[in-house]
Amino acid sequence: MTAEATNMRSSLYKTDARTKRRNAAEARFRVYGMMAVGFGVLALVVLLSTVLGSGFSAFRQTFVTLNVPLDAQVLDKQGNRNPAEMAKVTTIGYGNLLQAALVAELTEKGMHPEGMKAKDIGGLISKEAPAQLRNMVLANPDLIGQTVTFDAYANGRIDGYFKGRVTMESAALDSNVSPEQLQLADAMRANDMMAMKFNWGFIFGPDASELRPEAAGLGVAILGSAYMMLIVLVLSLPLGVAASIYLEEFAPKNRFTDLIEVNISNLAAVPSIVFGILGLAVFINFAGLPQSSPIVGGLVLTLMTLPTIIIATRAALKAVPPSIKDAALGIGASKMQTVFHHVLPLAMPGILTGTIIGLAQALGETAPLLLIGMVAFVRDYPAAPPEGFMDPAAALPVQVYNFTQRADPAFIERASGAIIVLMVFLLVMNLMAIILRRRFERRW
Amino acid sequence: MNDMSLTERAVDSNEIKIAATGVQVFYGTTHAIKDVSVDILDKTVTAFIGPSGCGKSTFLRCLNRMNDTIDICRVEGDILLDGEDIYDKKVDPVQLRAKVGMVFQKPNPFPKSIYDNVAYGPKIHGLTRSKSELDEVVEASLRKAALWNEVKDRLDAPGTGLSGGQQQRLCIARAVATSPEVLLMDEPCSALDPIATAQVEELIDELRENFSVVIVTHSMQQAARVSQRTAFFHLGNLVEYGETAQIFTNPKDPRTESYITGRIG
Repeated sequence: MTAEATNMRSSLYKTDARTKRRNAAEARFRVYGMMAVGFGVLALVVLLSTVLGSGFSAFRQTFVTLNVPLDAQVLDKQGNRNPAEMAKVTTIGYGNLLQAALVAELTEKGMHPEGMKAKDIGGLISKEAPAQLRNMVLANPDLIGQTVTFDAYANGRIDGYFKGRVTMESAALDSNVSPEQLQLADAMRANDMMAMKFNWGFIFGPDASELRPEAAGLGVAILGSAYMMLIVLVLSLPLGVAASIYLEEFAPKNRFTDLIEVNISNLAAVPSIVFGILGLAVFINFAGLPQSSPIVGGLVLTLMTLPTIIIATRAALKAVPPSIKDAALGIGASKMQTVFHHVLPLAMPGILTGTIIGLAQALGETAPLLLIGMVAFVRDYPAAPPEGFMDPAAALPVQVYNFTQRADPAFIERASGAIIVLMVFLLVMNLMAIILRRRFERRW
Repeated sequence: MNDMSLTERAVDSNEIKIAATGVQVFYGTTHAIKDVSVDILDKTVTAFIGPSGCGKSTFLRCLNRMNDTIDICRVEGDILLDGEDIYDKKVDPVQLRAKVGMVFQKPNPFPKSIYDNVAYGPKIHGLTRSKSELDEVVEASLRKAALWNEVKDRLDAPGTGLSGGQQQRLCIARAVATSPEVLLMDEPCSALDPIATAQVEELIDELRENFSVVIVTHSMQQAARVSQRTAFFHLGNLVEYGETAQIFTNPKDPRTESYITGRIG
C-alpha cells in the first residue's frame, strides 16, 4: 500500500484511478476474447456454408428412367443363361441396348428431335449405365427376355445443367455436350423421363473414372475407413490403456521411465507423414504386407493414435483422487485390484474421450495414407473382415483428395459431398464421446 | 483438560498387540521419525498427539505399511504384530492390511453403493461364501459403525451421497468389515462437525471391545476423551508415552506439558 492510499480517506462511491484502469483492462480483455470467439465462429460458418453449399448437390443426381427390353438374341445367344457365356457380351452391347430403348421411347412419345443422331441421344445417358445394367443382368440371368424399368445415371454434363453448372453457352463450346442435347434433356424432364433423385450410389457406390463423375461414389472409401478405424480401435485402446496403467501406477520412477515419458510426448508431435514413411518401410517393404490395404493403414494410424490415447489416459488416471487409492489399499486390496476396481472405472470417461478424439484424428488423417498407396484408384469393395483387411481399399480423406485432383468440375461437388460424409462421421464420433462420458461420469 | 472421567477409564488389557522398536523413517534425505519405540496394547485406544508435521501420521502409516506406496520412503527398525515382523520379506502388505485396517482423515467412500462399499473388503479377501453371509457381514459392520439404522433402507444409494459424518462412519464400517485386529485412524474427525465427531468418538469407544484402536488426532480433548493411552510426538521423536490420565494430568516431560497447556504446537 502506498503512503498516499493510507493517508487519504477515500469514498467508496468514487472509483479511484487505479480501479478504473483495472476495470478498463478487464473490459479490453473481454473484447479481445469476444473478438477471438467471433473470428472462430465466423471461420466455422464460412467453412460450413462453403462445404455444405457446394456439397449437398452431390447427394442428388439426375436419373433417366427407361423401359429396357432385355433382348435374349443380343444378350444370350446360346440361350442357356450361363453367366460365364453371357459375360462375353461387353458393355458396348448393353450400351446399344440402352440407346435403342431411349430412341424408341422418344419416338413413341413423339419427342424425337429432328435430325439428331442416335449416338447423340444415347450420349444423354452416363457411360456407367451400361456397366450397371450388365452387372444387374449377370447377377440375375432370369431377367433376360423381360422388359425392365431401369434408372440410368444421366451424363455428368446433363446433371450439371440441372444443377446450374452447365449452361447453353458453355455447352456450345463443350465437345462433350451440345445445346441440342440440353434441350432434349429439358423436354425429357418435362415428360418425367428424367428426374432428380437422392443418390444412394454416392454413399454406397464405388469410385468411378475421371470421365464419369456422375457415377463416382464413396462406398469403398467408407468401408476402407471403417476397417481402419476398427483396427485402430482394437489395437490402440488396449495397448494404450495398458501402457498408461503400467507407466502411471506400476513403473518405478527413474531415468528410464522419464525417457519413455518424454518420447511418448514427442511422438504425439511427430508429423503424420513421418508415420507414413515408417509404415511404408516397416509394414510394406519389411513385413511384406499388401499396399493400400486397410491393415497397413490401420497399423500406421494405430502408431499415430497411441501417443494421444496414452497421454489422455495418463491424465485421466492422474485425475483420480489419491484418497480412493488409499481407501482401497487401506482395506487390503492389491495394487492391481485397486487399479482395476477403483481407479480405472473412475478414469473411464477420460479414457474414452481421449480414445475417440484419437480415432477422430485418425479418421481424418490423409498424409500417411498417401505414402502407403491408399491413394490408388480402387473400385472393388474389400471383402468382409478379416480377409478384407488385406484387400486394397480407399479411405475417406484420401477420396476427398482424389476428387479434388480430377479435372471435371462435377468432382467439386463430389469432393464437398465427401467432406460432408466425413464430417457426419466425425460428428457421430464426438457425440458418442459425449454420451459415453456422461454415462460413465461419477462424482466423488 | 478437566475431564473427570479420565481416571475411570483405566487400561484393562496388558497384552501387547504391536511392538515397535527403534523405528526410523526417511523421506529421501529427510529424517521424519527418529528412533521411536512404542508398545500398542490389545483392546485399547491409543492416541498419537503432537503438533503438525511431528510424524505421528507417518508413524501410523508404518503400522500397516501404507508408506510402501511412497517411493522415496524408507523404514528401518522392527515393528512386530503379534510377534511377527511386518516388514519381513515374506510378509505381503496386502495380507497385513486386511489385519490392520485404516480410516483416513477425509471420508473417502468409493463412488459405489453403500452396500458395495462395505462388501468390498470381504469380497476381495474371500471372507464370505454366500450372498446371505455377505449380507450379514455388511449389516453387522454397519451396526458396529452405528450407521445401520440410518442407511438400512437405502443400501443401494451411492456412499458419496451421505453426509460427512455418515461417510466417515461408512468408512469405519468398511474397515471393520474385513474383521481387522487393529484399526488405525488418521485424524478421523478433522473433517466432521461436533455432533458427527461425538458419534464417531462414541463409536471408537465401542470398537475397543473388539479391536486395538490407534488414533491420530490434533485435538487434545479428543485424545483425552477417547483414549486409554497417549503418545506425544514432537519433531519426529516420541517424547512421552503412557496412560492418558497420566499424560494429561501429570506429564513428565516439559515439552509434553507445554504442548498440552498450549504453549507449543
